[in-house]
Amino acid sequence: MKEYNGMELMICLAARYLEDDGIVVVGTGAPCAAAMLAQKTRAPGLMIMFEAGGVGPHLPAMPISVGDSRTYYQGLVATSMPDIMEACQRGMVDYTFLGGAQIDMYGNINSTHIGAYEKPKVRFPGSGGANDLASLCWKTMMITPQDQTRFTNNLDFITSPGYLSGKGARERAGLPPGCGPYKIITNLAIMGFDEDTCRMQVESIHPGVSREQIIENTGFELLWADHIYESSPPSAEELEILRNAVDPRRYIIGRG
Amino acid sequence: MNMSNKEPGYFNYHEQDVKYIKVGTRELFSNPDADEARDCFRQKTRQMVDKTTTVKEAVANYIHDGDYFASGGFGSNRIPAAILHEIVRQNKKNLGFAGHTSTHDMQILVAGNCINRCDAAYIVGLEARGLSKISRRAFESGAVQSTEWSNATLAWRFKAAAMGLSFLPARSLLGTETITHSAAVEIPCPFTGKKYAAVPALYPDVAAIHVHSSDVYGNCQVKGIAVSDFDLARAAKKLIITTEKLIHNDEIRSAPHATVIPYYLVDAVIEVPYGAFPSNMAYEYFTDEDHLKAWLEAEKDEEKFRAFLEENIYNCRDHYDYLQVNGGLARLNELRAQENMTRGNG
Repeated sequence: MKEYNGMELMICLAARYLEDDGIVVVGTGAPCAAAMLAQKTRAPGLMIMFEAGGVGPHLPAMPISVGDSRTYYQGLVATSMPDIMEACQRGMVDYTFLGGAQIDMYGNINSTHIGAYEKPKVRFPGSGGANDLASLCWKTMMITPQDQTRFTNNLDFITSPGYLSGKGARERAGLPPGCGPYKIITNLAIMGFDEDTCRMQVESIHPGVSREQIIENTGFELLWADHIYESSPPSAEELEILRNAVDPRRYIIGRG
Repeated sequence: MNMSNKEPGYFNYHEQDVKYIKVGTRELFSNPDADEARDCFRQKTRQMVDKTTTVKEAVANYIHDGDYFASGGFGSNRIPAAILHEIVRQNKKNLGFAGHTSTHDMQILVAGNCINRCDAAYIVGLEARGLSKISRRAFESGAVQSTEWSNATLAWRFKAAAMGLSFLPARSLLGTETITHSAAVEIPCPFTGKKYAAVPALYPDVAAIHVHSSDVYGNCQVKGIAVSDFDLARAAKKLIITTEKLIHNDEIRSAPHATVIPYYLVDAVIEVPYGAFPSNMAYEYFTDEDHLKAWLEAEKDEEKFRAFLEENIYNCRDHYDYLQVNGGLARLNELRAQENMTRGNG
């Protein structure tokens, strides 16, 4: 039996990409847990912001809403949504995490609907802050389960920009240069993006996962990095902090 | 023609043919014209007079069928719940709505079939709590028309209005279907030539904001995050304030730095203690997660939901009745303890 579950693995792996002295805008759930874990391990100087206006809290518990009072508990600033979004637009925010119902090989994300726009089959929340964060933060990450429905090139709607149609497309569209999708962390692997084509490529495979499994669970052709690593599993210290100090009530890690 | 290179430190203008591309194809639900708005703001009283009234009167007098309405706070945080319930009780129809991380506020208005068009930044979901069945159905059936935006661009639409302008340039939306399903226009920067999304000012006919304290004139203090309420208060043509407590004008004057909304923006003031319930009021009381869960659960069965609405909205005369139905002071004290973590950080 493994000593950790898939959610714990994804959170620990994501936390390692958040560097000390960076700024990250997070929502609730797994990204918030990853940022909290990073802060309590290798990146104590990481600054956490929430899009509704909370800056630099000592998070006493997992927030339920990105605007609830936990997001600025013992914080540095309780400011406003435009203030946070304008910090992103000025280039002050290094990382963000997004979620979505579908993602394609360029890292474009759908969180708006399934079906047609008029009378959609399923309506989702829409952009929220996702389009803004994906447009304006330097590095966008995603923590998500990997399967064929979710990883598809047939997005029903492009809510938030990845690399759009490939290299240079973001800049041609008018988005600030030099930013975009960075790492996609799933239950199977860690994927980055090829520099020349901006297509998703596998960089690291989790222990016990095969290449075939990854291919079977992806609806498009993945690229493979020249050197593929085995993802280094959570350390005892990471797990201890995640379980006891970050999410003791298992709101997030309880989801497996 | 490119202007001659100037001394270092001086800007070289980027000259070009100006090209506007109306990339957004959806309806614009409100008039962004700044002069039309100026005419409205000119009518507002400058007198510092007592504006206290009742929730019933304020909704009857300031919110009309067909109006474009916006609510302050952040969906499940500091929402003007008493006003929202009264809009449902008075059966207001065909309202436009700013879906700016609208979660429980939209759920209430959709439950009363009060809205028919929505600027959608974040709709139908309640963040980590899941999706609202009735809100989803309102959009999936076409009962509510939508135009897509994002949280930042909707916030900046309020900001453009607060500045007395008709639009602001923004660097998000570009390149996606969120922009093609918006009402934004692509424009070049007149200085650098770089591409922007021009987002139209949003001047709501009426907005309601719940605050921590206000004097009788409408000078308001808000604790915690402002979300977009600084701009929304200035953008709205009419503004209804509900306040946890009324305070004396001396208190406002002893801490002018704490005034977020000055009286001249405000049309009505109502003291509604626990007025944000069941949402979170910073430093006062936490979200009633059990109640929000019960609401989401009730939505799954039509009959059950009708009974739920009868009990929580239609059979309540006012917000006091609603609080009473949901546990009254004992429950509110629990939420106060949760917010202030007086019994641990649960």
